[in-house]
Amino acid sequence: MTSHRTDRAGLIDRTQPRNFTFDGKAYRGFEGDTLASALLANGVRVMGRSFKYHRPRGPWGAWVDDPNAIMTVTLDGRSFPNCPAATTPLVEDMQARAVNAWPSAAFDIKAGLDLFHRWLGAGFYYKTFMWPDWHLFEPMIRKMAGLGDISRDAPKNYTADQVHDHCEVLVIGGGAAGLACARAAAEAGRGVVLVDDHPIFGGGLHQSVQIEDRTPSEWIADQLAAIMGAGGRVLPTTTAFGVYDHGLVGLAEYGAFGTAPHLHRMRADRIVLATGALDRPVTFAGNDRPGVMAVDAACEYLARYGVLVGRRIALASNNSLADAAEAMLTQAGAKITRISPQDGAIRALGGKQLKGLAQGLRRHEVDTVLASGGLTPLVHLWRHAGGKLDWCAARQAFLPGAAPDGMVAIGAANGTFDLDQALSEARAIGAGNASDAAARTYSLTPLWPEPGDKGRQWIDFQHDVTLKDVELAARENYVSVEHLKRYTTLGMASDQGKTSNMAGLAAMAAIQDRPLPEVGTTTFRPPFVPVPFEMYHGHHGKQLWHPLKRLALEPQHRAAGAALGEYGGWLRPGWYGTGNRGDLIRREVLSARNAAGIFDASPLGKIEVMGPDAEDFVNFIYYNTIRTLKPGNIRYGFMLTEGGIVMDDGVIARLTENRFVISCSSGHVDSVREHLEAWRQDGNNPDRIFIHDLTQQWSTVTITGPKARDILAKLPLGLDLSAQAFPHMTVQETQREETPIRIARVSFTGDISYEISIRSSRASDLWDKVVAAGEPHGATPIGIEALSILRAEKGYIMVGKDTDGETMPHDLGITIPRLKKKPAYIGDRSLHSDKANLPDRKALVGLAVGDGDKVLPTGAHIVDGTLSRSLGYVTSSYDSPTLGHPVALGLLENGSARTGEIVSVWHMGETRQATVCAACFFDPEGERLHA
Amino acid sequence: MQIFPCPFCGPRNETEFHFAGELGKVRPDTGKEVNARDWATYLYAQRNEKGLVREVWLHLTCSELFVMERDSLTMDVRASKSLRGDAL
Repeated sequence: MTSHRTDRAGLIDRTQPRNFTFDGKAYRGFEGDTLASALLANGVRVMGRSFKYHRPRGPWGAWVDDPNAIMTVTLDGRSFPNCPAATTPLVEDMQARAVNAWPSAAFDIKAGLDLFHRWLGAGFYYKTFMWPDWHLFEPMIRKMAGLGDISRDAPKNYTADQVHDHCEVLVIGGGAAGLACARAAAEAGRGVVLVDDHPIFGGGLHQSVQIEDRTPSEWIADQLAAIMGAGGRVLPTTTAFGVYDHGLVGLAEYGAFGTAPHLHRMRADRIVLATGALDRPVTFAGNDRPGVMAVDAACEYLARYGVLVGRRIALASNNSLADAAEAMLTQAGAKITRISPQDGAIRALGGKQLKGLAQGLRRHEVDTVLASGGLTPLVHLWRHAGGKLDWCAARQAFLPGAAPDGMVAIGAANGTFDLDQALSEARAIGAGNASDAAARTYSLTPLWPEPGDKGRQWIDFQHDVTLKDVELAARENYVSVEHLKRYTTLGMASDQGKTSNMAGLAAMAAIQDRPLPEVGTTTFRPPFVPVPFEMYHGHHGKQLWHPLKRLALEPQHRAAGAALGEYGGWLRPGWYGTGNRGDLIRREVLSARNAAGIFDASPLGKIEVMGPDAEDFVNFIYYNTIRTLKPGNIRYGFMLTEGGIVMDDGVIARLTENRFVISCSSGHVDSVREHLEAWRQDGNNPDRIFIHDLTQQWSTVTITGPKARDILAKLPLGLDLSAQAFPHMTVQETQREETPIRIARVSFTGDISYEISIRSSRASDLWDKVVAAGEPHGATPIGIEALSILRAEKGYIMVGKDTDGETMPHDLGITIPRLKKKPAYIGDRSLHSDKANLPDRKALVGLAVGDGDKVLPTGAHIVDGTLSRSLGYVTSSYDSPTLGHPVALGLLENGSARTGEIVSVWHMGETRQATVCAACFFDPEGERLHA
Repeated sequence: MQIFPCPFCGPRNETEFHFAGELGKVRPDTGKEVNARDWATYLYAQRNEKGLVREVWLHLTCSELFVMERDSLTMDVRASKSLRGDAL
């Protein structure tokens, strides 16, 4: 291999060699190289195989525009797929492999596919694999498609920091225009952030000999020093990958290879696009051969990396920038042959190794072909933001037209390809002035694909789309560019058509004989370059996404050996003690039924509704009539959606004439509060109703069981606890040590229960006293698992578990308000729809199985005799410790009329029998409840 | 990410808001007979206009509903105003 490294040029650090391998072979580059520049320096040109035909490919570009050299890179045992070699910094010990090639890019076993290209044109899959069934072929095709393989091991600690940021002026692109503009803006007193995706600022400036009497590196250092001196910030290796709604710019700031970039969500008052322009390929036969490269790429490889890509170079360009390139490459020792591609069709000669270039009968013996069909401004971000594009005939390019809010384009991105003009434009814009359109020296001869030309001419290198494919698409009437794109997959690869879109739409324009701007462009969508998924996950993950709510009594529960778990967003005791979970829960249930259970019910909703219109308001909110509720009393009720569906159940207590406390279910507090607020503010007078959610400010300790009254009596509350003075469904307020205490006699177990509420700062004292008072009676703390069994024995439902998105209140046996309640309430009309009146609605039932039978699985379907249809399903199912046999609740079509019927319950292939019964297995008369 | 102006808290990220409904949707008086078509219209029919729209949004962090005028095509936000007092 010959070395292509020059003696002096470049920004690499020649004192820092870097060893790496490519396809298993060892090479050496330098600090500051990219994988592509290091391989080119070592004379390696075949860096990948094409997507469809497995054609050998080498780099076309020197940066983000390169579609060809894509590698899987392994470093320190971690592998990263689909790294573009032209932008991946070289790191010691990197092991790179070409994607889509085996065993190597140079000798790919599937290279033979290229011989069948005649049969593999656009739409080949659609047409070929229709019969008998696409799914027969799909696995094989999926296996062959795609580029790199994703490593099975997710990289550890690959987490992006996320920064929300703001600046007055964001300059995107740190070339000559970007630097000059950022400096002018910073010196005018603006808060400036300048970003560039290269590690070293300057864009294409390094190709220059001098700028304003300084060397490029000196000039760039001057600008950066001035920007920072004026308080500006500069971010190298930072890609602006997308502009989103309301001017949000996504910035990916890359650090060391293999670490997740930092994400900056940047809001800027003003965005200056100085993103530059790309050389677009010339469409000719064999234009995809390794050794055919962009003119600008060859200059960049030389200027930044000291790599001279070839010795004998054919320069096929249609524009005035070729002169500078010729001078620079000649100076570095290359022999240049100028070709005018517009003077006649050219074709590349040779295969893996380029042998020359032919034009008509003339052959040029060259080892490299540099091509440019003119410059295409990088207007991706402009289009993301909704900016318009105008066709410029003089430059043969789409340029920024009508601007999106707060955005301006300068320099090559704006079609200002001449350095002096770009600098004066940048400085004017940076200082906040208008820029004068100056005379331009850039000129070119239009050069576009010519339909009907011979040979295979590549339009899209990365997705293997040729001129013939575009012609085929046009013949089959896929003429809109959006259809063309999807039919041929032109521009759909990971480079998103940076090099191919213009050629593709120009080809379509030529085929249809329409002017190019009339054909239009496809939609530009973020991201500008592929970025890790990390850039797209929200800033709230894991704990931050859904912070656990913590109980004031958590230390007490931990001390009591609670098994804490998440239930409805709260970290709460599932059960207490260590040992067999089932046994522990069983013991808690029995202790609650035989003596008493002490339960932390603090997550229960405690939403106060107050004010002169409170009564009418809660009467409207609830399905049940609340108006008739007397102060000091409690009522059980449902809240419905306007669709008539049960959204929450719970009790409401009326403390005084104008003050209610809504005790909604633990998991629904936030949604109920939102629901109440929405109706309070939109539809009512918000000055006459006030909603105050005290759920987290108050804690609740529940004593439930036959000994509950005796235990409560031991607390010095000074209340008459007799059933006459303090009956079921009433509430009392008292004080102890100047702390208000509210005691509600209400039950979720079927046994006599008291819910004692106190402000959270005093809860631990209350808990300790209740536990101490309960101990002589054999009362123990119980967790939510035991409570779930206790309530299921009694047939008390949990909304969302024993109901679904179609359950209406009459399906749960609460029918009277639907028939009798006169004033309007939420969901009322929906309860009389055709659907609500259907006789076969799913209704709540109990399901009994024989003694000694296993528990019915929750979720099992109740099916008709032929197993052809589900009639409902099991919603809650437990082995009842109290009753000594399983109990289950379910929703069943026409359930209330089926009592006594034996139904089939199907689960995982097994069918069992169950008897439909009333949804209450414990104390159906309510004697214990009212004791 | 869009920025919405809460009339009480100022400009905030859209993630802090919930859409509550289109402005001007009036609940039929269910104290009287409401035919199925009118009720279904109330429940399900949305104008879903292209261009200038007026909507009710909820700012989750302050629990206030407000009216926002915005362009459903360009995503421009024109104005926002408390639900109290004169609507936009």
